[in-house]
Amino acid sequence: MSDERPINDIDLNAYVDDELDPVQRAEVEAHLHEDAASRESVQRYRRLDQAIHELYDPILDEPVPSTLARRRGWPWLRQHAAAAMVWLAVGAMLGWVARSPDTVQVASRQTEQLDLVRPAAFAHAIYTPEVRHPVEVTAQHEPDLIRWIAKRLGAEIKPPDLSVHGYALVGGRLLPSTDRMAVQYMYERKDGVRVTLYARRGAWNNEATAFKYAREGNTGVFYWIDGPFGYALVGELSKNELLRLSESVYRTLG
Amino acid sequence: MKASEAQIVALIPRLRRYARVLLRGDTIAADDLVQDCLERALDRLGRWRPGTDLRAWLFTIMHNLYVNQVRRAGAAPRFVALPEQYDEPAGAARAERCTELDELQRAINSLSDQQREILVLVSLEGLRYREVAAVLGVPEGTVMSRLSRARQQLRTLLEEDEPHRLRRVK
Repeated sequence: MSDERPINDIDLNAYVDDELDPVQRAEVEAHLHEDAASRESVQRYRRLDQAIHELYDPILDEPVPSTLARRRGWPWLRQHAAAAMVWLAVGAMLGWVARSPDTVQVASRQTEQLDLVRPAAFAHAIYTPEVRHPVEVTAQHEPDLIRWIAKRLGAEIKPPDLSVHGYALVGGRLLPSTDRMAVQYMYERKDGVRVTLYARRGAWNNEATAFKYAREGNTGVFYWIDGPFGYALVGELSKNELLRLSESVYRTLG
Repeated sequence: MKASEAQIVALIPRLRRYARVLLRGDTIAADDLVQDCLERALDRLGRWRPGTDLRAWLFTIMHNLYVNQVRRAGAAPRFVALPEQYDEPAGAARAERCTELDELQRAINSLSDQQREILVLVSLEGLRYREVAAVLGVPEGTVMSRLSRARQQLRTLLEEDEPHRLRRVK
């Protein structure tokens, strides 16, 4: 900024942000004295900053979730987060806080989205409305189903018993899922509401994650990685109800 | 606990705010980003020079993680995690203000990632332009022009919505 060129919007911003030296500031102030439009801009930018603070400062007062404190070597951080009662309660409920943090690593969100959450939600949307053929193998042949799935996936993943929650196993099916095979177990409540558990191997390298939640429309997904497998529980349920089921599934599988 | 670690803990709320604005209010994704940032910061704590601004150092790490994340994601659509519910405004007196802030939030979310980042660093965090330039790895002049465009765009968007609205923002 100098006498050779006019004051522009960048200068006005620098004035608002107090980035100018005394000489430059005096130049801008002289200009503001003469130019009403520039005065208006400066006022608006200042009000904008205040409004941005008003909008986002409340985030600073939120309790820090204990899920941010799960890494080995950060036990102090966990203590720090103890104020986050809700998150701690959730974590404890999932058996998360009690787990050895050594195994806990961050998995690739990208892989989880592409290989787990989306195919699980998609498979749920395709098969749960089916009346006559919702599953490939019905619960009546559960031992066969378990053997078959174990053979194809190379690991035994028994369908967890969710009867205490009022959900009966309908059966299961094998599915293609991007580059791997996946299993889908379907459960049904007396009133016809269905939930599905989706599991597959993935490129997450034995990492383990906390429960994560995603939602699209009415469909909620709790998903997590445990060892070589990723799991996703999908249903048109409230977040809390889906969480209770997920906890049950996690305990049974773990 | 080392002193630098205690300082990092104290800065977690700032990191969460930065990530939240960057990810347009997606709380889950934002906290994932914060966690990645904390992990990396701990791994690299030896590289931080005491006496320099730890906050700017953490923001740099987060910025780089985010840029890489976006690059990896490419154009793939994603299953969107809804933001956590926030408290209902208390009473009608708050209602109008909330509407104005909602409009502001929508306007901010419509900015580019680069513009939103600069707004957080300048308007919320009050970093100097040269510090912002260092965090983002761009020349100071770029910071200034992006900031100018961001504020002009916000102003235009808000004035389009309601010509008299911004005047009442106190």
